Amino acid sequence: MSVVTNTTTIGAIDLPSRRNTELALLGFAVAIPVFAYLNVGLALDGKVPAGMLGYGIGLGLLAGIAHLLVRRFARYADPLLLPLATLLNGLGLVLIWRLDQSPRLISTSKRVYGSFSPDAPTQLLYSAMGVALFLGVLVLLKDHRVLQRYTYISMMAAIVLLLLPLVPGLGTDSFGAKIWIRVAGFSIQPGEFAKIIIAVFFSGYLMVKRDALALASRRFMGLYLPRGRDLGPILMIWAVSLLILVFENDLGTSLLFFGMFVVMLYVATERTSWIVMGLLMAVGGAVGVASFAGHVQSRVDAWADPFGSCYADSNACQQMAQVLLSFGSGGTLGTGLGQGDSDLIGFAANSDFIFATVGEELGLTGVMAFLLLYGLIVERGIRTALAARDPFGKLLATGLSGAFALQVFVVAGGVMGLIPLTGMTMPFLAYGGSSVIANWALIAILIRISDTARRPAPAPAPSPDAEMTQVVRP
Amino acid sequence: MNKPLRHIAIFCGLLVLALLVRDNWVQYVRADELSSHKYNQRVVIERYASPRGNIVVDGKPITGSVRTDSNYFVYKRTYSDGAMWAPVTGYASQAFGANQIEKLEDGILTGNDDQLFFDRTLAMFTGEKKKGGDVITTLNGAAQRAAFKGLGDKKGAVAAIEPSTGKILALVSTPSYDPSSFAAGFSQEEAGNFQRLDKDKDKPMLNRALREIYPPGSTFKVLTAAAALENGVVKDIDAPTDTPEPYILPGTRIPMKNHASGCENASLNQALEVSCNSVFAKLGDAVGRDKMVEMAEKFGFNNPEIDTPVRAAASVYDKTMSRDGNAQSSIGQFNTATTPLQMAMVTAAIANDGKLMKPYMVDELRSPDVDLLEKHEPEEMDRPMSAETAQLVQRMMENVVENGTGKSAGIEGARVGGKTGTAQHGEQNKARPYAWFISYAKTDQGSPVAVAVIVEDSSAVAREDISGGGLAGPIAKDVMKAVLDGK
Repeated sequence: MSVVTNTTTIGAIDLPSRRNTELALLGFAVAIPVFAYLNVGLALDGKVPAGMLGYGIGLGLLAGIAHLLVRRFARYADPLLLPLATLLNGLGLVLIWRLDQSPRLISTSKRVYGSFSPDAPTQLLYSAMGVALFLGVLVLLKDHRVLQRYTYISMMAAIVLLLLPLVPGLGTDSFGAKIWIRVAGFSIQPGEFAKIIIAVFFSGYLMVKRDALALASRRFMGLYLPRGRDLGPILMIWAVSLLILVFENDLGTSLLFFGMFVVMLYVATERTSWIVMGLLMAVGGAVGVASFAGHVQSRVDAWADPFGSCYADSNACQQMAQVLLSFGSGGTLGTGLGQGDSDLIGFAANSDFIFATVGEELGLTGVMAFLLLYGLIVERGIRTALAARDPFGKLLATGLSGAFALQVFVVAGGVMGLIPLTGMTMPFLAYGGSSVIANWALIAILIRISDTARRPAPAPAPSPDAEMTQVVRP
Repeated sequence: MNKPLRHIAIFCGLLVLALLVRDNWVQYVRADELSSHKYNQRVVIERYASPRGNIVVDGKPITGSVRTDSNYFVYKRTYSDGAMWAPVTGYASQAFGANQIEKLEDGILTGNDDQLFFDRTLAMFTGEKKKGGDVITTLNGAAQRAAFKGLGDKKGAVAAIEPSTGKILALVSTPSYDPSSFAAGFSQEEAGNFQRLDKDKDKPMLNRALREIYPPGSTFKVLTAAAALENGVVKDIDAPTDTPEPYILPGTRIPMKNHASGCENASLNQALEVSCNSVFAKLGDAVGRDKMVEMAEKFGFNNPEIDTPVRAAASVYDKTMSRDGNAQSSIGQFNTATTPLQMAMVTAAIANDGKLMKPYMVDELRSPDVDLLEKHEPEEMDRPMSAETAQLVQRMMENVVENGTGKSAGIEGARVGGKTGTAQHGEQNKARPYAWFISYAKTDQGSPVAVAVIVEDSSAVAREDISGGGLAGPIAKDVMKAVLDGK
C-alpha cells in the first residue's frame, strides 16, 4: 500500500475551460450587431454607413480585450455570459444609433432643447467604461468571498446611494421620478449600483442568519412564522422600498429590491412562508402607495386602458398607447431595422421605451429572440449559483440573476402592457450610463463566481503517510 | 440550498414565458387591430409617405402630390381646379381623412391595393420607391367647365350622363370648396379652413349632384308620361285626355292649379309643351300608385345603393301615400324627391330608347406604370319602357324645346329634348322655388349626352323670373354643346 504514490492526482482531472467556445460566440456577438448596423444604414440612406468600420473595430476591441482578460483572470468562467452581454450591448448601440438618425426626434429635440446631440457616441463611451469596470472587477476581485467582509458597509453604502437623489442640490427631478443625481455634468442613477451592492449585503447577512431564520419559527396556520427579531430585516427592507416608492416615485426599483430580497430569503432558508409573507407585503405596499400617489395612480390607469378616456389628457396613457401601437405595428416579422416609426413615441424612445423599437422593427420574432437572450443570461446566472460551492457565492449569484430577471420582467412587461409601466431601463439595451456600467459589473461578478465554481478543486496536500520514509542523516 | 434554487429557476422561466405569451398577444393576436388603430399615426404616415396616384380626366391629371417639409407626412395632395372637381374627387387630407373617389379608390391611389401586390413586390427588389396607381374617370372636362361656369355663384348642381353607356360626363355642385385648402390640415390656417367649410350654412362640402334630394317639380312629368304610355292609359299622344278644368284632386275638394292656359282636355303632347299640372295629375292617378311606384323604381327611385362608385342618396317616390298624394307626386310635388343624378338617369333612359345604363365615373384603374388593372364595362341597370314609348316621349320633349317652355336649350344641328321644372318647397311653398331643367341632345349617331340641372334660389333673380327654362336651361344647353363640340 505504501508504494502507491499517485492517488492524489485522481481528483485533478482538468475541466474544459470553454474559453475557445467563448471566443467563437464572441465572434457572433460582434458580427451580428455590425450586420445590424449595416442594415440600418442601408435602410435609411441606401449606402454603407460611414462609421461602420469604426463601430465594428470598437466593439471587437472591447470584446477582444474582455476575452483576453477573462482567459487570464477567470479561466474557468461560464462561456456564455460575456458573449451575451456583448451582443445585447452591441445591438443596443445599433438601436440607439438608429434612433439618432430619426429626423422626427432630431427636430423635436431642437424645438424643445434648442439643440440635438446624438446619443450613440456617448453610449459607446459608457459601454467602454462598463467594460473597463468589468475588467477592473475581474482583475481586482480575485475571489468573490472577499465581498463577504463588507456586508454591513454594503448596507450603509446601498442606503446612502438610494437616498442621494433626495439630497437637495444633488438630486434632479425629471419627469416625475427622482432617481437621478447630477455630478460634474453627468446624470447618474445610483439605484442601478445600489442593486448590486444590496445583493452583496443580503448574501452576507442571510449567510449568517439563515439558520436562525429557517429554524427558530413558530407554526401558525400551516405556515412557519419567524421570530420578531428575525423579522426585523425583512420589515426594514419593506419599509425602505416603500420609502423609495413614495419619495422617489420609483415603483420599479422598489419592486426590484423587495423581490430580490424575498428570492434570496427563500433560497437561504428554504421556507415557503417567506414567499407568502413577501407577496402579501408587496401587494399591501403597492396597493397602499397606488391609492395615494398620483404618479403611480396614473400609471395604473394607463396600464388598465391606454386607449380609453384617459388618452385625451394623460401623458402616461398616450405614451403607453403609442408604445403598444409601435409593438402592434411591428407584427410578426417587423418592418425591418431603420424602417419603423417607433420614434413616434417621442419621449424616452431610446431609453425606457427602446424595447418598442425592437418590437416594431424586428417584430415578434426579434422580441422573442431578445427575451430568450435575457433568459439565457438569467439561466447561466442560476446555473452558476447551483454550481457554486460556498453559500455566499450561491446567494450572491442567486440575488444578481434574480434581480436581472425581475428587471427584465418589470421593464419588458411594462412596455408590453403586461404590468403597469415603471421607470426602469432594459439592461444593456437602453441608453443610460449608470445602467450599462452597473450591468457590466453585475456580469463581472457572475463570471467571477462561475470561475470559482467551475475551477477544479485544488489538489489536496499530499498525504505524509504516502511518502517514503526518509532517512535523516545527521 | 439547491432545491429552492431550482424553484427560483422555474420561477424565472415562468417570468420569461409570461413575457413571451404577452408578446404574442400584442404582436400577433392584436397586431391587426393595433396597426390600424385610429390613434396610430402610421396609417396616415404610410398613406402620404409616397406620391399618391392621380385622378385623371381627359388624359390629364386633375390632382397631384407635392413634397412637404414635414417629417411625418412627406407628401401632400394638390388639386388643379379643386373647387370645380371637388364633387368628383372628394378630398384627401392628412388631418381630416378622405372621402369620395379619394377614399373609395384609396388602395389604388396609395399603391396598397392587392391588385398592385406584384408591383410592390417588384419595387421591393428593384429598390424603386412605392408609387400609387391612377384612377381614370369618365368625366368630360369641357362639359364640367361649362356646367361650373354656368352655375357661377348660384347655388345648384349639374349631372350629365352619356345615355348609351352610363358614363358620367359632368358632376358639379355649387357653392364648392377647394380641397387643397386643407390637404395637410395640421396648421392653424388649414384646420380653420376645414372648420369654416364644415360649419358654413351654404354647405359647400355637400355634393349636391349626388347627395342632396330635391322635389323634381314638373321635370317629373316625363316619367308620368312614360308611365301613362307604357301602361296603356294614353295610346295617342295627340288625342285629348279628357281632363276637366279645374281638375279636383281625387278624394279631396282641392283643385289642381295650372300655371298655363289651354290645359282643359289637352293632349299629352300639348300638356307637356306648356306643362299642365292637371293633365299629369289625372294621368298619374289613372296609372295608379303602385304602377307609378313600379315605374319610378325601374328608373332608380327608392334605391339606396346607386354607387358611381360614390354612393348617391336614394331618390324617393312614396310607396304608401294616398290617392291625392300620388296625383300630386305625379307632377313632382308632395313628398317626391330626387337627386340631380337621378333626373339625369331618367332623361338618359328616355334618350337611350328606354334602356337605363348604370351610371359610373371610374372608367379604368391603372398601375403606377400605366398597366390596365381594371376596366369598367357599361352595364344595363333596367329597362323601364319600350323603345316605342321612349321615342314617343322623345318626340314630346323635343316639342317642348321647339315650341314650349324649353326654348332656351335649343341647339343648331342637333335634336334637343327637354323639360323645365319649377319646384315649390318650404312651408306653404313660401321658399324660393327650385329651377330645374332636364334635357338630352341627339345626333345621327345617337344621343351623346343627357343632363339635369338644378338651380336653388338665386338671390340675383326676382322670384317671378325663377323658371326652369330661364335659369337652368342655358346651363344645360352649354353642357350639351360642350359635349357635342367635343365629338
